[in-house]
Amino acid sequence: MSAWRKSLLLHGAILAALFGLQFVLPEYHHLAVTRVLLLAVFAMGFNLLFGYTGLLSLGHAMFFAAGMYGAGLTAYHLAWPVPAAMLFGVLCGAGLSLVVGLLALRTTGVAFMIVTLMISQVVYLATVYFTTWTRGDEGLVMPAAARSFELLGRQWLLTDPSTRYNLALALLALTMACVLLVVRGRFGRALIAIRENEDRSRMLGYNTFIFKLQALTLSGTLSAMAGAAYALMFAYIGSSFAAIQYSIDPLLYTLLGGAGTVAGPIVGTFFMFYLVDLASEHTTAYLLVTGVVLLFLVLFFPRGALGYVRARWLGWLP
Amino acid sequence: MSNRTNKDSPDTGRRKTLRTLGAAAGAGVAASLSPTLFPRAHAQSAPIRIGAQFHRTGIGASYGRWYERTAQAAAKLINDEGGINGRPVELVVEDDGTDPKRGAEVVEKFAAQHNVDVAYGTLFSHVVNGSAPRAGELKLPYIVVSEGYHVASGKLNRYVFQPGITDVRSQVISMAPWVASNLGRKVTMIFPDYAFGHDHRDYFSQAIAAQGGEVLELIAIPPTETSFTRHLPRIARDTEVLYHVMVGPGVLTFVKELGQHFGSQRPEIFGFIDSLEAVDLKTPQLEFLEGTYFWEGYPRYAQPDQTEHDRFYRAAVSVDDNGASISDPKDVSTYAHMFGCWETLFIIKQAMEASDYGGPADRARFVEAMEAMESFEEGRNHPQGRKVFDARIHQCFGHQSISKVEDGRLNVVHRTSIEDGRYEAEADYTTMPL
Repeated sequence: MSAWRKSLLLHGAILAALFGLQFVLPEYHHLAVTRVLLLAVFAMGFNLLFGYTGLLSLGHAMFFAAGMYGAGLTAYHLAWPVPAAMLFGVLCGAGLSLVVGLLALRTTGVAFMIVTLMISQVVYLATVYFTTWTRGDEGLVMPAAARSFELLGRQWLLTDPSTRYNLALALLALTMACVLLVVRGRFGRALIAIRENEDRSRMLGYNTFIFKLQALTLSGTLSAMAGAAYALMFAYIGSSFAAIQYSIDPLLYTLLGGAGTVAGPIVGTFFMFYLVDLASEHTTAYLLVTGVVLLFLVLFFPRGALGYVRARWLGWLP
Repeated sequence: MSNRTNKDSPDTGRRKTLRTLGAAAGAGVAASLSPTLFPRAHAQSAPIRIGAQFHRTGIGASYGRWYERTAQAAAKLINDEGGINGRPVELVVEDDGTDPKRGAEVVEKFAAQHNVDVAYGTLFSHVVNGSAPRAGELKLPYIVVSEGYHVASGKLNRYVFQPGITDVRSQVISMAPWVASNLGRKVTMIFPDYAFGHDHRDYFSQAIAAQGGEVLELIAIPPTETSFTRHLPRIARDTEVLYHVMVGPGVLTFVKELGQHFGSQRPEIFGFIDSLEAVDLKTPQLEFLEGTYFWEGYPRYAQPDQTEHDRFYRAAVSVDDNGASISDPKDVSTYAHMFGCWETLFIIKQAMEASDYGGPADRARFVEAMEAMESFEEGRNHPQGRKVFDARIHQCFGHQSISKVEDGRLNVVHRTSIEDGRYEAEADYTTMPL
């Protein structure tokens, strides 16, 4: 069996398992996994840039926030229907990531990290500053009209847990398909070549700036899609989602699950979510517990969970 | 031949009694072991579970610590006196990390995993706003102690209440009459440049104008500012009252730089205690505040006219006459706000008793019972004072205190009327479906 076929089977099985999970999960975990799926979409978008292109952004919260505010503000102030608001949120993320790419990709390495961090802070402060529209840190609660929409001849209720779960899963499947196609194709191989040795890629005739710009734009767009969906599904937008914590989270999810693996960020997101959730039940020092566990994992499994699996057993894992 | 059906036989009487006692004992044991076999018996003894969402970590942790202590003290008193509807109260505490995302997750956990009857407690507005939609959709009554205007704004939902503490709009407008009459009518405002500060800016500006006063200058401080020196020269020369509402870790620097800016010649200064909750007023950097005035939701220091209710409440939450922990005088409480947790728990009790609350199936009846309330009289359960409850906006209105800093303590100089803080309701939650 070819590596591509094995890969399709594995990722199809993951999606099938996630679909089936909703029928056996207790109520709370059904609600929680919906959030995890959307955060995994965010992490998969981040991974495209970090894991496959080798660019470490410390400002991905701005793309998540661009999607969140693009969707949330149009739904709140302009009463746009959910699909239009969602689309606008994604476009905001695409536009922002293109502009950020044009600016930030003039730098490399640590400078790129700092520039993305700084621009992200600007976006965060903008959400705080324009309080008249955003209510800043306090945020906005989505109106009742934005809790349902009509599409494909039927009414979709975002208040319904099952609808939310399957919409989140559909977005995850879309993202997974997108990343798989990218990774398998010429474009993805060029990104990996840039990650491994950018000078050599350039010497071979690749315009690495264009490739990196495309990767950053796609990564930002996927992150924005997660943000837009998060706003509309959970009915709240606020500045805290643009803060630096939301730039660090996808990095942790990716490192834990395995940078440069398609499904790694999903594993990492599940792990981190439940680590915090379970540890906080037992101690107020749950962030300390989380930190110790992360240190342990990074020391003994530096490639992340699926990176380790790929190195030990499944060399074909994309 | 003996008659085996003889009802008068002492032997059979004893056997019958033993059988009855045995059956009763067996039923009791079985009921305690298997609540599903005897749901009614179990329901009558099972605790009322109240999801307590507190800021144990994050920026609100100093508030959260005292909110939790207060709630536990109120729960203990309720349990000592027989619980709610004959059932003990159990607080199921979860940390929201002062984060709206985690707050929403905690509400889901309360409803779907802990199976609590109602949720209550949290303070920071963004956590309330992040959590409220989920509470409404899960039909979980969510009773907050937040003082934000978000509940009264009508933007949340029918399951969210704030009956135990007044909101910032009410607090701010109730200050204006006294400030205008006693401190001055020409005001410069210094406030943080985000939603909380903007609420002060907007509502106080309107309120002071209604008193014939004016705001000479609005000085918005960016949230990332660590030094305030460059902003202070903007304070208008003819300012009679400087109104400040700085919050966060920069407050000590702010006060120190304010002192350096003015020296001994300063206007009257009025501020909100929020920034100095859990902070000892005798901290050296705060000396400049001597002689200035503060809003307090509830006076931190025991006053000469202390009520017996305050004495009782202060002892129950283990706070001394200076507003600090009895066991550690350096552990200063958030006394101006935390009373809301105490009073709210008694309001929950009152609504559960009024609705004959039996379990989660009665949540809608509980909401209606909450909405049927009109006022809460001052007393042991409401030591801060009488309150009027507006069911349309799920918000209470009450008295506020204005205190002067004298010898490093706050002495109350004025108590507002409830009417000073009233405003017209702009929404009606009671028309929303349950």
